[in-house]
Amino acid sequence: MIPSLKVRNKEESRFFLNRRQRKFITSILSAILLVTVVVVGVLLDEERIATNLITRNLAPSLDHPFGTDWLGRDMFARTIMGLSLSVGVGLIGAIGSTSIALILGMAAATMGKVADRLISWLIDLFLSVPHLVTLILIAFTFGGGFKGIVIGLMLTHWPSLARVIRAEVMQIRSAEYVQISRQMGKSKWWIAVHHILPHLTPQILIGFMLMFPHVILHESAVTFIGLGLSPHEPAIGIILSESMKYLSAGMWWLAFFPGLCLLLIVQAFDRIGENFRLLMDPTKSND
Amino acid sequence: MPILEVENLSISFNQYTSSFKQNNIQVISSLNVSLEEGEILAVVGASGSGKSLLAHAILGILPDNATISGTIYYNGEVLTASKQASLRGKEVAFIPQSTNYLDPLMRVGNQVRTSVKTGDATAAQRAVFKRLHLQPTVENMYPFQLSGGMARRTLLSTAIVSDAKVIIADEPTPGLDPVVMKEALNNFREFADNGCAVMLITHDIESALTIADKIAVFYAGTTVEVAPVEDFTGDGEALRHPYSKALWRALPQNDFIPIPGSQPHPSALPTGCLFAPRCKEAILECGKKQPEMRNLRNGMVRCIHAT
Amino acid sequence: MRKNVGRKIGIFLLLKGLRMLTLLVAICFISFLLVKNSPIDPIQAYIGADMLKVGPEQREKIAEYWGVDQPVMVQFLNWGSALLAGDLGTSMIFRRPVADVIGERFINSLVLMLTAWVLSGVIGFVMGVVSAMKKDTWIDRIIKWYCYTLASTPTFWMGLLMLIVFAVWLGWFPIGLGVPVGVLAEDVTIANRIEHLILPAVTLSIIGVANVALHTRQKLVEVLASDYVLFARARGERGFTLFWRHGLRNVALPAITLQFAAFSELFGGAVLAEQVFSYPGLGQATVEAGLRGDVPLLLGLVIFSTFFVFAGNLIADLIYYVVDPRTRESRML
Repeated sequence: MIPSLKVRNKEESRFFLNRRQRKFITSILSAILLVTVVVVGVLLDEERIATNLITRNLAPSLDHPFGTDWLGRDMFARTIMGLSLSVGVGLIGAIGSTSIALILGMAAATMGKVADRLISWLIDLFLSVPHLVTLILIAFTFGGGFKGIVIGLMLTHWPSLARVIRAEVMQIRSAEYVQISRQMGKSKWWIAVHHILPHLTPQILIGFMLMFPHVILHESAVTFIGLGLSPHEPAIGIILSESMKYLSAGMWWLAFFPGLCLLLIVQAFDRIGENFRLLMDPTKSND
Repeated sequence: MPILEVENLSISFNQYTSSFKQNNIQVISSLNVSLEEGEILAVVGASGSGKSLLAHAILGILPDNATISGTIYYNGEVLTASKQASLRGKEVAFIPQSTNYLDPLMRVGNQVRTSVKTGDATAAQRAVFKRLHLQPTVENMYPFQLSGGMARRTLLSTAIVSDAKVIIADEPTPGLDPVVMKEALNNFREFADNGCAVMLITHDIESALTIADKIAVFYAGTTVEVAPVEDFTGDGEALRHPYSKALWRALPQNDFIPIPGSQPHPSALPTGCLFAPRCKEAILECGKKQPEMRNLRNGMVRCIHAT
Repeated sequence: MRKNVGRKIGIFLLLKGLRMLTLLVAICFISFLLVKNSPIDPIQAYIGADMLKVGPEQREKIAEYWGVDQPVMVQFLNWGSALLAGDLGTSMIFRRPVADVIGERFINSLVLMLTAWVLSGVIGFVMGVVSAMKKDTWIDRIIKWYCYTLASTPTFWMGLLMLIVFAVWLGWFPIGLGVPVGVLAEDVTIANRIEHLILPAVTLSIIGVANVALHTRQKLVEVLASDYVLFARARGERGFTLFWRHGLRNVALPAITLQFAAFSELFGGAVLAEQVFSYPGLGQATVEAGLRGDVPLLLGLVIFSTFFVFAGNLIADLIYYVVDPRTRESRML
């Protein structure tokens, strides 16, 4: 045996977990983080963000880890509540968008050529205006606020997932076992429930998880520019846009921590979605 | 002395077998083969038996998740990774299977020219194209525009212009019409007659027999027999290993008897002789330990029964 | 042969043009319906703060001017025919023709977007290449970590961070506005403009790098694992030569195409960056139009941004068509 010819596998030596097991554990940890943020955000009492003129404009300290704003509100509590709200709005938006993607993707794959053409045209339609402009337009139509932003989010994030679902359904439909089922006289519904849905479920879940971060980012962006959630809500976009007035006064913590937390939340979702996809995808098994 | 000698070569890959478990899959196990100058050695075996990896291992271009052990000698010297790197394309040339091995966005003439190590590259490439009856216009084509025969000759010309002493060809014949195939095989003979050593890796035993000097029979990741080509005659009584005999008899012009069973998957190799589960002569001892390769009648065999 | 290629591109452009036309008409129609149904009263939006000074008769006149009383279809046709004649209407906020406003703002945005586009494209490509060539080393890990983090970073937050660090703490740059306040337009120097351009452009580039880098990395990893690179290695090529001969040509095309196809994200990013840095470009105009109910300007911007995105996609397709020999010469034989 010649040592120089031997290519040692890097994975073997590191810890006792292989890459896939590590990915699984980071996913679980990310999920726990997310659930904690949402639960704490919901349970947090409005008292925590009440105006308190004695503790105004404080830099981060042990009492107020993220500092306080010009009304003496605790920024940590505001941030957590904002994140909780973001996740909530993101959830509604992503569920809506996933449903649209599922319906249109299935329709394109099963309802014949005309439907397919029409839906692919519709996808092009939604992709040909910049996302943010579409969101602004829709938010404007509904006069801003919660309804406008949620409808906007639902209507703008489905196209890519719809394409994935369409391709997936087409592939399953042409698969041999489905052909056999069809020849055996099984109904369309039977095939849809027994063959297509089970294969589609992981795809939908992955698509949903990967869509989530985009939805949250877009929500906070539209809220930031003033067309999203109302200024009375403790949304991250609102916090950041308010902070702009105080930045020149050196109150950096108003923008820094809330944004950083948003980043972490978005990344946690992205991690989970991405890891999930790698674990499900056999062709990437050796990555 | 052989110009190239492979001793006890094993190659395994680290792969995920289920969602969380990793496993080592042994694709080539204790393989022995040697190659002389002026000689064509055909490595023959069923598809999917890991033959191509042998070529990649000799050239040192296996993927990163491969673990290899064993020794390869070139000109009597141990072949190290750095030595392999300096020999590739200069002393040892590789002829791959298909146009997929040509850069899709580069004109083929250019690709052949990069193989020229000394002298005027363009002149060398044009001369070789002429010799292989490739139109001058071909050099300006992209790989997707080549027909099967043109692609084969283009790949061959990369080896010719490199002036290598050892040529390793991986499946050079499938998909060719008989005329082109004969021509391709004659080219290999020509190489050998000019003093090159040629290793022909193929599943096409018939065409291998027409030009090779020695045949190495490959089964489930190892060589079970190395025999001079003359031994493939009659009922195969001159052959040493039961698998080689069966393979010979399975040919259409012979008895056309298929071998029962199928080759074991690399992840589920038997503990003893790899062929034992399908072998009619197998006895208890065959299942205990894999037999060593031993010399026998001007050839080599890996079977305890062979005489 | 040349003629053939020329005709093929002609047909290709024609088909693309037709598709674009149907999409554009649909977008005009849908946007028009959407804004018409918004709860914002266009007359009120137009009059704005002067509300109290305007009498009922004047309101009537304005309503007539905007055609508010007519059925929606008639309004759409009126608007559409004006649009075809090149008349996008008059912006309510700026009290100037929408086309003028967009034209002027586009120059500002173009400088910003072009700078960011080139910077992020070049830096992202180089990062992707380095990352793929050094796959699984520490430098690859760092680049990958950076890109994944950047991909989840809100653009406007990155802008705020830049403001805090470079404008507030270090004081290197002005805090806002495309030109200094109180200086006449003619007196604004190029240096001034550049000073206000740097931070938003850098913000957009930092964010934009992630996509190109990750895409290039993945493509190059695929190319390096391809049969033709294996063969090239078997012929003794390695390292930079290998990348130069086989990697670059196979990776550059997808990367350039991706950059052109990313005009949509670029525009979205510009909206946010311009908002943070008060940069007077198209993005800021879009936000203003949305916030203050400037219907003609908003519609004009939707249409313009559609053209912008479409131009990017068309260029991306054309590049593939013209540069890739597999599509260019496929009919040659």
